[in-house]
Amino acid sequence: MRPFSYTRARTLDDAAQLTHDDTAVAIAGGTNLLDLMKLQVETPETLADINRIGFGGIEDTDDGGLSIGALASNTETAVHPRVRSDYPVLARAILAGATQQLRNKATTGGNLCQRTRCFYFTNIDQPCNKREPGSGCGAIDGIAKLHAVLGTSDQCIATYPGDMAVALSALDAQVEIATPNGDTRRVPVRDFHCLPGDTPWRENVLEKGELITAVTLPAPVGGTQIYRKVRERSSYAFALVSVAAIIEIEDGKFTRADLAFGGLAHKPWHDPRITDALVGTVPSDEIFDKAADILLEDARGFGENDFKIPLARRTLHAVLQNATEAAA
Amino acid sequence: MSDTISVNGKQHSLPSDPRTSLLDFLRHDLGLTGTKKGCDHGQCGACTVIINGIRINSCLTLAAMHDGDEVTTIEGLGTPENPSVLQKAFLEHDGFQCGYCTPGQICSATAMLQEIANNWPSDASESLEGEMAATGEEIRERMSGNLCRCGAYANIVAAISEVAEESA
Ligand SMILES: Cc1cc2nc3c(=O)[nH]c(=O)nc-3n(C[C@H](O)[C@H](O)[C@H](O)COP(=O)(O)OP(=O)(O)OC[C@H]3O[C@@H](n4cnc5c(N)ncnc54)[C@H](O)[C@@H]3O)c2cc1C
Ligand code: SF4
Ligand code: FES
Ligand code: FES
Repeated sequence: MRPFSYTRARTLDDAAQLTHDDTAVAIAGGTNLLDLMKLQVETPETLADINRIGFGGIEDTDDGGLSIGALASNTETAVHPRVRSDYPVLARAILAGATQQLRNKATTGGNLCQRTRCFYFTNIDQPCNKREPGSGCGAIDGIAKLHAVLGTSDQCIATYPGDMAVALSALDAQVEIATPNGDTRRVPVRDFHCLPGDTPWRENVLEKGELITAVTLPAPVGGTQIYRKVRERSSYAFALVSVAAIIEIEDGKFTRADLAFGGLAHKPWHDPRITDALVGTVPSDEIFDKAADILLEDARGFGENDFKIPLARRTLHAVLQNATEAAA
Repeated sequence: MSDTISVNGKQHSLPSDPRTSLLDFLRHDLGLTGTKKGCDHGQCGACTVIINGIRINSCLTLAAMHDGDEVTTIEGLGTPENPSVLQKAFLEHDGFQCGYCTPGQICSATAMLQEIANNWPSDASESLEGEMAATGEEIRERMSGNLCRCGAYANIVAAISEVAEESA
């Protein structure tokens, strides 16, 4: 690890001051940042420890929703009684990720901001436009098994690797952000992560000195909630494809179909056209296929990850099938 | 830095180099070499310790971040003369071959049994609510962060199952 100075922030203001500097980075659970610092992918000169600034609570909101503090651990969120009863897709997504040891340390804010697991990004001897703008992309024409099939650019084909945010996208949660001038702004999780485009180093909408303070969930929507994660082994592996689904069927027809997908893009993928196509229809193989057609209309594989296209189709099909059976 | 950390009930000053991981602090600075370094990247679980009752990977956290925390390592769970129930069960069931992963397995399992007692669900749990049981499937899922390159998994699960049944 490169030498750095370590400072403990006591308040949000403190943290904002400390992280305003270009060479300073906030550390929460540290499970992603320290990993990358050991690899010298991240080389901050100052580490601002934000663990003691508050914002670790999980509280009911006035409109019946739930606010999950940025520093709540992933375990605290997954075992929270209201998350388990009212937002099971979120508890399931968190429990499907990493290991208990990591979830005990990982935080809401850190999980949302975790970096890609692209092998070229994490190896400083390899070209990578995300890590070193203009150096090229090793993954295009390289080892691309984990990589994206939707929303890629000729600069970068990396995926956002997390599970939690996929469920948050299906739930249409909001990210609460403290700005350096003391204001708060709210961004839907669906708009929080960016596509790579010509700026692959930019992974989310946070500006320098901004910190996530919480994620807020809307009032419970009920329905059948499913998180289906397909991976190379049945535990402790990143998603090849995942689907978060909140489905309601009344009188034999879809009345709600909120879906988000992991492992396919540089962000949790949400396509409102899929909801529009499903709602009001009678569940059938044909309509499931139509939903998959919409999802994968512009999908493009890069050799090693071509399999993700049929895998996403089959996983979506299975989830819709399971939800239909659960509602019957 | 004048901050302190409690390790197995004894107070220590935190290291002066902020780069020191909790794992390196335990092994190098305190000489508590029971905690092992396998990967140093959060992937193997050999470095698992218990902080304030919660299991974590000591390789992916800085010692400097643990001012005021209470750490328990394998040395704090029991001794050869007076082993913990899990340490005894690992011996009785041959829950290891080379033994490198064992301290991490036992620290992890110690905290894991408490998580089940708290009725915290896992990815393997049929329901997210209600009572959790230490079935073989649950133990395998909950222990998946502790790799054993010798493949002593069957006996590890047997040792943990026995302790879970006795305490149930
Ligand atoms: C072996 C391994 C397997 C894993 N498997 C999975 C998996 O299957 N699924 C999955 O989803 N994840 C997985 N993870 C990733 C894990 O979930 C993340 O490392 C974790 O969520 C990061 O949270 P943290 O609090 O430790 O973040 P940190 O490492 O502390 O921070 C990560 C980034 O977020 C920024 N940050 C932190 N908090 C804030 C805030 N409040 N505001 C603004 N920026 C902030 C930091 O500056 C840093 O850039 C795995 C990790 C490992 C090591
Ligand atoms: S896919 Fe993105 S992160 Fe991976 S090498 Fe290419 S530019 Fe870097
Ligand atoms: S040494 Fe910490 S997980 Fe491998
Ligand atoms: S006993 Fe050798 S690694 Fe587990």
